[in-house]
Amino acid sequence: MRIRNHRDFWAGVLFMVTGLLFMALSRQYTLGTAAKMGPGYFPTILGGLMALLGLMILVPSLAKRGPEVRVAKMDFKAILLVLVAVAVYAATLPKLGFIVSLFLLIGISSLASHEYKLKTTLISSVVLLVFSWLVFVKGLELQFPFLPFFLTR
Amino acid sequence: MELLDNLALGFATAGTFDNLLYCLIGVILGTLIGVLPGIGPLATIAMLLPATYKMSDPTTALIMLAGIYYGAQYGGSTTAILVNLPGESSSVVTTLDGYQMARKGQAGPALAIAAIASFFAGTVATFLLAAFAPPLAEIAFKFGPAEYFALMVLGLIAAVVLAHGSVIKALAMVIFGLLLGMIGTDVNSGVARFSFDVPELSDGIEFVAVAMGMFGFAEIILNLEQRENREVFTSKVTNLFPRWSDFKTAFPAILRGTGLGSLLGILPGGGAVLASFSAYAIEKKISKTPEMFGKGAIQGVAAPEAANNAGAQTSFIPMLTLGIPTTPVMALMVAAMMIHNIQPGPQVMTSNPKLFWGLIVSMWIGNLFLVILNLPLVGMWVKLLSVPYRIMYPAILLFCCIGAYSINNNVFDVFMTIPFAILGYLFKKLDCEPAPMLLGFVLGKLMEEYLRRAMTISRGDWSVFVTRPLSATLLACAAVLLVIVFLPSISKKREEAFAGDD
Repeated sequence: MRIRNHRDFWAGVLFMVTGLLFMALSRQYTLGTAAKMGPGYFPTILGGLMALLGLMILVPSLAKRGPEVRVAKMDFKAILLVLVAVAVYAATLPKLGFIVSLFLLIGISSLASHEYKLKTTLISSVVLLVFSWLVFVKGLELQFPFLPFFLTR
Repeated sequence: MELLDNLALGFATAGTFDNLLYCLIGVILGTLIGVLPGIGPLATIAMLLPATYKMSDPTTALIMLAGIYYGAQYGGSTTAILVNLPGESSSVVTTLDGYQMARKGQAGPALAIAAIASFFAGTVATFLLAAFAPPLAEIAFKFGPAEYFALMVLGLIAAVVLAHGSVIKALAMVIFGLLLGMIGTDVNSGVARFSFDVPELSDGIEFVAVAMGMFGFAEIILNLEQRENREVFTSKVTNLFPRWSDFKTAFPAILRGTGLGSLLGILPGGGAVLASFSAYAIEKKISKTPEMFGKGAIQGVAAPEAANNAGAQTSFIPMLTLGIPTTPVMALMVAAMMIHNIQPGPQVMTSNPKLFWGLIVSMWIGNLFLVILNLPLVGMWVKLLSVPYRIMYPAILLFCCIGAYSINNNVFDVFMTIPFAILGYLFKKLDCEPAPMLLGFVLGKLMEEYLRRAMTISRGDWSVFVTRPLSATLLACAAVLLVIVFLPSISKKREEAFAGDD
């Protein structure tokens, strides 16, 4: 057996696994009857349907004929830098405050660009800080910790 | 005339200083993100949703958010014509002839026709909304749980049919969305489903976090991969006004685009993108000079621009009358209403007439603002395009993070965007369209609730869905749609229609 269409194959696998996972997890909830559905009823049906659809996507991807379709290359550096930047922002915001987490977010995420320049990153961080302070803190009065915990009274 | 009274109420509501101001802010923001490729109305509205908490009047909030949506349709065309880049996915086809016109030195007329077409379509769509929403809401009052369930099935199937790519994949995506919607406390039994004892998950996953992750962040990563440097075409835009002959050629196209756009906008899953594509295809088909298309045919600018604006506006009809969001953007509008304790549905018109009519009239006012603003300010919008992406995307990330945090003043929602960004990215790589999933996610809990109620009333008899005539009709429509897309001749046509997109 050979995988012809890698995109369909992996999409099929993803849907099948997720569908079955939801079915399995639903077993801990009461199923009920059609007239009196329990919390497990609808998710079980949906999980089953999804697994079935996954199978319907997966099987044709193994067909002997047809051109080979591969999954396009993934840029793991960009994914990692962007998402780590978001995670670091979320992790630092409550204690270290907005100013610190903004610089970390912009600093880390900017590295993902292939035309990174330290100077422009710093300038845009400062501009964004002023802008955010004016718009979100003063204008919209959103509530978030602004200064690090050791500087707040 | 009741309609006139209602419109008068609408003008009185939309005409207050606050509402005019936020309408203006909305359309300016909309134009801005419309001009900039890489950020769409969905992510922007998600970003600004928390900001509307502070507004005392939900009407003001909805007026601003709606302005962002249709404003983006205007902005998208500017970029399409001047830079050959679609600022918005709904203006992809405008690049074909709009940019060619610009190259021939007709950038001014192209922009003017696009703006006039959008304004005309916006005006017509506003009246359609005002005229058809009340009778539709009347029908909606006759709906029982079985009808609501059937209607949602139809809506989701329509979204599947209209999504690009494989129909089976889109179906699986819808179900994935429905399943994600199940996460959280079950209203009937009080059981926290699939929450893994995480307290934040017992309230369900925040829609804004899903939308930002899958559309905002995943899109940024995909853009970063492309490594393209944007070229800006900064020719002077002269002689803005189209010649009379241009206008005569364009006007029938504007009419057809408006009609088609209004119709497709009402359909679930349709909205602005599909409307513009179909309008272009039809113009090319019925034109006496189809060879002119792609070389600067003015109809090729007028029809899709009219259609996308009309579609953007009529997609409010099912949301306002039935309470059912038919596109992800409408789902955010529903979320905005819920923040202010307004349950969307047919009762909104009677219980909140100010909101309903104020919003409708504000759309017309907003369209007027857009025409006035856009033509003189074109130069400024184009300058914005020279901001390089490497500066823009960290800013988008930051605003999304601020928005996600502000939903519940909790970093949990910021963390939640990460798995959805990964999912959104993976789905793109596997040729799965994320929009149907988002729609399923929004409708999940509602659908389960209506299914339960319908089945309880029928004492477990599934035939209730086919014995009630309204529900049977809706389900039959869904079935016909599904059969049609699987017919070999149609599925081939469908592939052609979506080819060239992306």
